Amino acid sequence: MGNIFVIIISSMLVSNVVLSQFLGICPFLGVSKQVSTAVGMGAAVTFVITIASAITWPIYYFLLEPRGLDYLQTIVFILVIAALVQFVEMVLKKFMPSLHASLGVYLPLITTNCAVLGVALNNITNGYNFIESVVCGLFTALGFLLSITILAGIRERIEYNDVPHSFKGTPIVLVTACLMAIAFCGFAGLV
Amino acid sequence: MNGVILAACVIGVLGLLIALLLGFAAIKLAVPVDEKEIAVREYLPGNNCGGCGYAGCDALAKAIAAGEAPVNACPVGGAAVAEKIGAVMGVEGGDAVKMVAFVKCAGTCEKAGIKANYYGVSDCKSAAAIPGRGDKACAYGCLGFGSCVAACQFDALHIKEGVAFVDKEKCVACGKCIQECPNGLIELVPYDAKYAVSCSNKDKGPKVMAVCDTGCIGCGICAKQCEFEAITVENNIAHIDQSKCTGCGKCAAKCPKKVIMAH
Repeated sequence: MGNIFVIIISSMLVSNVVLSQFLGICPFLGVSKQVSTAVGMGAAVTFVITIASAITWPIYYFLLEPRGLDYLQTIVFILVIAALVQFVEMVLKKFMPSLHASLGVYLPLITTNCAVLGVALNNITNGYNFIESVVCGLFTALGFLLSITILAGIRERIEYNDVPHSFKGTPIVLVTACLMAIAFCGFAGLV
Repeated sequence: MNGVILAACVIGVLGLLIALLLGFAAIKLAVPVDEKEIAVREYLPGNNCGGCGYAGCDALAKAIAAGEAPVNACPVGGAAVAEKIGAVMGVEGGDAVKMVAFVKCAGTCEKAGIKANYYGVSDCKSAAAIPGRGDKACAYGCLGFGSCVAACQFDALHIKEGVAFVDKEKCVACGKCIQECPNGLIELVPYDAKYAVSCSNKDKGPKVMAVCDTGCIGCGICAKQCEFEAITVENNIAHIDQSKCTGCGKCAAKCPKKVIMAH
């Protein structure tokens, strides 16, 4: 149990997927203009990463490792995750149209997002068991949700500020993200 | 050599399995989409401006196909689009009058007085929030910070000499600017409308004259001139009912303040 708790804290805060591992920067910067869309994106990422963690673990340990094909993990994971997202999108469209309407736009965008792949590979590298992998996936994604929501909140505020011309747009967002990363450094040593 | 073949086999088989699964799922889980909806969506402009009140063109297409929205619900597309959609839906397009936005203020820098220097945030809503509503002596007029310009997705609004000005040709009447203006200066008028009152000041005559050279003083001369009862004066401000206006121009000729302008 203690182990799980350590994974929760470390994956969500200490080694935050965006601010410490620098994975998933693209949606982090691209879809963080409004809190509402940022939360939608974060929810979609959470959804996909959790499922991807659950599906890649057995694939690695039951299919790849026994045959000595560890080196194929990256390409196989990409294939599986991409197909999985497609499949999940179809299922959602059919059985949960309301959820599909709110996540739908973002799901294809994160098909092969590096954060999704990164978590799946990290789970293997860290030697987690199945439960730990899923927990790690879920809380890494919640860490993403947390940081993208905070950034979106800050960006909404920045809109009303008089930003110097040369800093307008992406530069000020990068500076903001940088300061957030420094702030998240405060969690280092927590675990 | 064995490893290469094994790796190729594993990836190949996995890919094949996934392809079969997805292909099967696509057939099994296919959601029937209304053909009409797709056809209607084809004709909608696709700006997703939300001027119709629905969440984008897809949502409107769905509503039209389901019969919940009229075929001329798209203000951007106007009559041309309504006609095409009407053909799809099997009903008459109806005559949707092409509307354009109109700013009810003509208080340019030289005509409207300034009561204070404003150094705040360059945004109409911020300026309107402070006591006295911005730097213009007239508290009803265009603040000139261009919140409507920023809201316009069609490059149809520009600030000219301190007042927002609508480019009739580019305006699609989506109504975004109407929501943005804190002073409620913008309204939709028919594209063909010849005359409109370019003022929104509700104060009495002397007060208006003190702050602006071209403000409506509510004298009512225009209403007396009009043979078609198209003009009413309410709250010290004249208003032209565009459905009755014939564009004769008698009101504009007699207006002492020249507020009624050719549009």
